[in-house]
Amino acid sequence: MLTREKLIEKALLLLALSAIGSLALITIFIFLEGLPIILKTGVSHFIFGAHWAPTKGHFGILAMILSSLYVTLGALIFGVPLALACAIILAEFAPASLTKILKPTIELLAGIPSVVYGFLGVVLLVPLIRSYLGGPGLSLLAAAMILGIMILPTVISISIDAMNAVPALYREGSIALGATQWQTVRKLVLPAARSGIITAIILGMGRAIGETMAVIMVAGNALSIPTSILDSVRTLTANIALELGYASGAHREALFATGIVLFIIIMILNSAATLIAGRK
Amino acid sequence: MRLDPLLTERLVKSLLWCLTGLTIFVLIFIITFISVKGLPQLSWTFLFHDIEDMGRSGGILPTLVSTLYLTLIALVVASPLGVGSAIYLTEYTLEGWVTRLIRFGAECLAGVPSIILGLFGFVLFVIKLNFGWSMLSGGLSLAIMILPTIIRTSEEALKAVPREYQDVCFSLGISKWQTITRVVLPCALPGIMTGIVLSIGRAIGETAVVLFTAGASLRTPTSLFDSGRSMAVHFYILAREGLSMPNAYGTAAILIISILLINITAYTLMTRFLQKYR
Repeated sequence: MLTREKLIEKALLLLALSAIGSLALITIFIFLEGLPIILKTGVSHFIFGAHWAPTKGHFGILAMILSSLYVTLGALIFGVPLALACAIILAEFAPASLTKILKPTIELLAGIPSVVYGFLGVVLLVPLIRSYLGGPGLSLLAAAMILGIMILPTVISISIDAMNAVPALYREGSIALGATQWQTVRKLVLPAARSGIITAIILGMGRAIGETMAVIMVAGNALSIPTSILDSVRTLTANIALELGYASGAHREALFATGIVLFIIIMILNSAATLIAGRK
Repeated sequence: MRLDPLLTERLVKSLLWCLTGLTIFVLIFIITFISVKGLPQLSWTFLFHDIEDMGRSGGILPTLVSTLYLTLIALVVASPLGVGSAIYLTEYTLEGWVTRLIRFGAECLAGVPSIILGLFGFVLFVIKLNFGWSMLSGGLSLAIMILPTIIRTSEEALKAVPREYQDVCFSLGISKWQTITRVVLPCALPGIMTGIVLSIGRAIGETAVVLFTAGASLRTPTSLFDSGRSMAVHFYILAREGLSMPNAYGTAAILIISILLINITAYTLMTRFLQKYR
């Protein structure tokens, strides 16, 4: 009887290692496939080279790294103020009955597939940008706006949880001392919920930088370092997705190498989020 | 000059309410727009006919079959792994470096972008294991994608079951495994189902992973080793290559509505479950 229980425990431990095991496998395979070409090209040539012509042996991904960063930054500029406003209203000001409906509604929207966001960008946003601001329409701006919308549910929902975790007693004390509701939020709730809110923003950033399908559809995918927000850009993720279908040999290895760079950026963001979340 | 606090309060509140209104409007608009444009396209023929002329005409039956196939494989693989992990984490260990390592793995895995999972599935399942572009490769890759969700929700569900239940079982001399299978799991089942249902929603909407592991064949898959395109991939190809806007809207409407219904189901399950134990 005892041995059977022990056996079950061992089996469950094995199952429990599946997530970390998958993560390890992913890391190993991406690095095995991509690392040789980085070493052959040279790390600095690969990361700081601006010329990507994989069929001719040029593997520089600087333009894509910069594009990914700009697009992500743009997404934060559009998404974070909206998300924080929404979170503050829902956590602090709105009547409980309204929050009870709106919070789940927003969380449901996190499930809308990224291709749908990209499609809406193409049919609604891109023509607007093209006719009012000029340029091809498919642009850094379009990608940033779509990603800004896409990260809303993530950032809103985690920020609300962070603000709800601040004890009501603090607020009551502040209001009792004669502070207005906004003064209470600004001087007390926001600082107290800071680590949670920063975690929310970092997770949103990770979502934006790793997003592929929506970006491919609206960013234009041109291979150059963008000089204006109306320029067409190609992100790291788009580069992989666009060329994986037909790439072979060194070209394919270079796409896995692009994946390594993306993977490292995401892991740094995730660890930062975990560290900050764990600190409170 | 200092602004009057009460005036600031009013100004800030109105601004925040406006921004909130805008956010909610954008999100609601997306669903309404797709439904209004897409629902009129739906018909018996559209749902239950083969794809014709690369998607310009005909229906989407093969994509429905592929989507079901992929989701089913992903669930069959990921559910035991995920629920097993959660049982181990909540019932068999004390907090320590092992649980921290397991949780860290699940959290990191949740953050891995879908294109990286696509790359991984492509090199391991499609090429190295020689499954080719197939339902099996796609389903296994999706399983890895949904594993963290299942682990996290199952863990929460198991934790919500009152400790007293187990104490009573142990005092009656029932073994640990029997306690788990007969008492704890049945109690936690609605919560666990929430995670599984949420995962179905994610698997249906995923594109990048499926595109590079299951391919985009137009035929209906009949075996594990057949390629096939999921609804999301079909929609992506229709939209990107401008093959047929009406069909793209129709496919998008089915995608969005099914995902919303699935997520609403998950949400209702979770609320009911939590109400029971709080």
